[in-house]
Amino acid sequence: MDFLTLILLLLPIGFCAYFLGSRRAVAVAGGKDGIRNLHSLPSHHGALTAIGAVLPALFLACVWQMALPPVLTGILKDGLPAEMRQLPANQFSLIVNDIKNVVAGNMTPGADQTMILEAAERYIDLHNTAEMLLTGLVLLVVAASFLFVHSRIRVDLRARNVVERVLKALLVLCSAFAIFTTIGIVLSVLFEAIRFFKIVPLHEFLFGLDWSPQMAIRADQTGSSGAFGAVPVFAGTMLIALIAMVVAIPIGLMSAIYLSEYASERLRTTAKPLLEILAGIPTVVYGFFAALTVAPLIRDLGLALNLSVSSESALAAGLVMGIMIIPFVSSLSEDVLHAVPQSLRDGSLALGATQFETVKNVVVPAALPGIVGGILLAVSRAIGETMIVVMAAGLSARLTANPFEAVTTVTVQIVTLLVGDQEFDSPKTLAAFALGLVLFFFTLFLNFVALRVVQKYREQYE
Amino acid sequence: MNSDNQTTACCASPGLSLSERIGRDLPRRYRNEQRFQRLGLAAIIIALSFLVFLFGSIISSGYSAFRQTYVQLTVTFDKEAFTSENLAAADYAGMVKGSLRTMFPAVKGRNDLKNLYKIVSPSASFALLEMVTRNTKLIGTTQTVWVLADDDVDMLIKGQLSGEGDESNRRLKDNQLAWIDQLKEQGKIETRFNTTFFTSGDSREPEQAGIWGAVMGSFYSLLITLLLSFPIGVMAAIYLEEFAPDNVWTNIIEVNINNLAAVPSIIFGLLGLAIFINFFGMPRSTPVVGGLVLTLMTLPVIIIASRASLKSVPPSIREAALGVGASQMQTVVHHVLPLALPGMLTGTIIGMARALGDTAPLLMIGMIAFIVDIPGGFTDPATALPVQIFLWADSPERAFTEKTSAAIIVLLAFLIFMNASAVILRKKFEIKW
Repeated sequence: MDFLTLILLLLPIGFCAYFLGSRRAVAVAGGKDGIRNLHSLPSHHGALTAIGAVLPALFLACVWQMALPPVLTGILKDGLPAEMRQLPANQFSLIVNDIKNVVAGNMTPGADQTMILEAAERYIDLHNTAEMLLTGLVLLVVAASFLFVHSRIRVDLRARNVVERVLKALLVLCSAFAIFTTIGIVLSVLFEAIRFFKIVPLHEFLFGLDWSPQMAIRADQTGSSGAFGAVPVFAGTMLIALIAMVVAIPIGLMSAIYLSEYASERLRTTAKPLLEILAGIPTVVYGFFAALTVAPLIRDLGLALNLSVSSESALAAGLVMGIMIIPFVSSLSEDVLHAVPQSLRDGSLALGATQFETVKNVVVPAALPGIVGGILLAVSRAIGETMIVVMAAGLSARLTANPFEAVTTVTVQIVTLLVGDQEFDSPKTLAAFALGLVLFFFTLFLNFVALRVVQKYREQYE
Repeated sequence: MNSDNQTTACCASPGLSLSERIGRDLPRRYRNEQRFQRLGLAAIIIALSFLVFLFGSIISSGYSAFRQTYVQLTVTFDKEAFTSENLAAADYAGMVKGSLRTMFPAVKGRNDLKNLYKIVSPSASFALLEMVTRNTKLIGTTQTVWVLADDDVDMLIKGQLSGEGDESNRRLKDNQLAWIDQLKEQGKIETRFNTTFFTSGDSREPEQAGIWGAVMGSFYSLLITLLLSFPIGVMAAIYLEEFAPDNVWTNIIEVNINNLAAVPSIIFGLLGLAIFINFFGMPRSTPVVGGLVLTLMTLPVIIIASRASLKSVPPSIREAALGVGASQMQTVVHHVLPLALPGMLTGTIIGMARALGDTAPLLMIGMIAFIVDIPGGFTDPATALPVQIFLWADSPERAFTEKTSAAIIVLLAFLIFMNASAVILRKKFEIKW
């Protein structure tokens, strides 16, 4: 039986254990009328029996499954002839890979590879034995642990407390997933990035002005020097994010002020969800819109004004990204504007200020920290945005502040370096992880500051 | 500064009383007020007009893809062509070509014939094969069949490709245009509802390309995401809201969740590539890995929504349950959770809608491959709907632009449906305490 079927088999076993356990509890209590004598309800006894029967077996199966591949590979290696084992490590691992491919059915060995075929057969043999062994062991453990728990069911067994403790442990485990994810992210980008920085020094990456990650395949090739100075990439990211914010901040902030200070209830309830549609549209749609509609529009406009505009100009990508960001700025700002106490407005209006003066001199200054926090979150969003720039911004890493030229961004580079063939020993692939590391920590920093600012501000008025 | 100005103003015109001075300023201040209000309204109108422009441009370029051009052929299934047992071995392309030749007997010469054959999609021969496999009695008869026209012909019929200008720059040559006109006169060319688009997988030929493969890929990925992220998210929210003590550990978890909600999605793709594919050796380009990556991305959204939902259940419910002797776990499971569930479901649907539209992490884990077959399971190579849009958007053929827009319309329809059901769910089950 293979692993998945075995795990799925534990499900009906658990159900059976549940019913047997609860029946046993009723029996121990002396029939239906005796249930009140039990410490815990029959369902708790049932749940305890099910947990007792399934959990140890599940644990065993998982440990077994994790330990199996290295053990099997080890046995396999010992079985290979001596001359093969004396090969250098990388050649040897190629052979092991071949064997595994034959096992998976991805490859048919050639006539001269009888050795590999034999090894593959041995591997399949071992694997089958291991599976049978596991099935037997699991069933044994299930039976033993079930009998153990079943026999322990008494009137005064505190089944509920045990079941609840197990449940709570499960809850804790689930909530720890957030930490696992963060650790996973940090480890995955950090390790590859460290490997990258062993090849390309950190200062060269952070301060170098030349980015051309294509490595030369032959020594005499020109034009693909493999330079990893990321400053043009960072500058391009900043330029596009800046254009996006120039679009999004005025429009988003003004809509937020209008919606929270002036708009009638009806306008608010219709305009707000409509604005939020902008946030719900997938970014790939924005990217298509930018590449197909906005970029040609801007190019034609530039031609009419005698400007040379690249067809992948930073302006097109930034503009569309700005449209995408508007709802973030507006809904976050509206929240903070809403949190400004009415008494501040009333005080200002009572002194004879017009509503505009109240907004300008009282409401916005009071909400400023929250607004800034919201804008920081929006900036982090703009920097991490991928699809719009992949589809509408260029690939050429140019150090320029001209919005009509094509620039590239961190996310574009990550995508182009990692889509397609990957070799995890070339700096080209590893560079993507280094960029990812920078992106992760930079957005983390922005988010952290923004969340702190917003939180502090909320506490002030609550 | 401001007060200084006012004092000088007052001394410069000592004859004016306070109310007169205020009255003098009032028109200007009211004008400012008006201008500011108009500015605010303009901002909203600009934002909404972007929305209209976006939808307008996509719908106007995509609606035509729901119809497809077909050409009528009269095909003779000659008995002599089916010599071997294997039906697929017969020369169906030859039959298509023969039928075109009988329709236009005047066409001679290699180049002209080649152009003639190009009117019909290369998929026509597969359509014939399918017909014969379904009904072997057709062999030896002559049938009229409608087959797909080539994408250039389709574009011409839909008016998206012009027949004007220099012949050498055109996709369709003069003689082809004449034949198409002739076919039109005979009623042998027409547009029909494009079922291919909804039932087939990707293809290099625009007229044969469909979204069903991508839809299934998205479906399998999202199924995994839902099955994992809903239970885990809800349980995490219950722990943090109902049980967690106020200590450092809880704080760390909360900071982590809030930060993960704002981490760029491409970073999750890097995690999937480095951990799931490289470390655990899971198969590339499969919905399993896609689903796992999307799960990690959706979890914070679901946790945050579920916590808000739990928070809105009034403490009196908990106190009442605890008061009659329920344990804390029983209170939560029997009383608080059922009341909070609608809110949790709403959050989950919104999280799933976000996962459906996300593209960047799927690019990282290789769900960007060109896959013709429709995935039949969690470990088949697959692509996803937004990735399909990205792939088609990159294709140079004119006809793919239309297909891309149509796929976007389908994607947006799914998203609107999901969000609308979330809103309805919230309206229906919302309890005002």
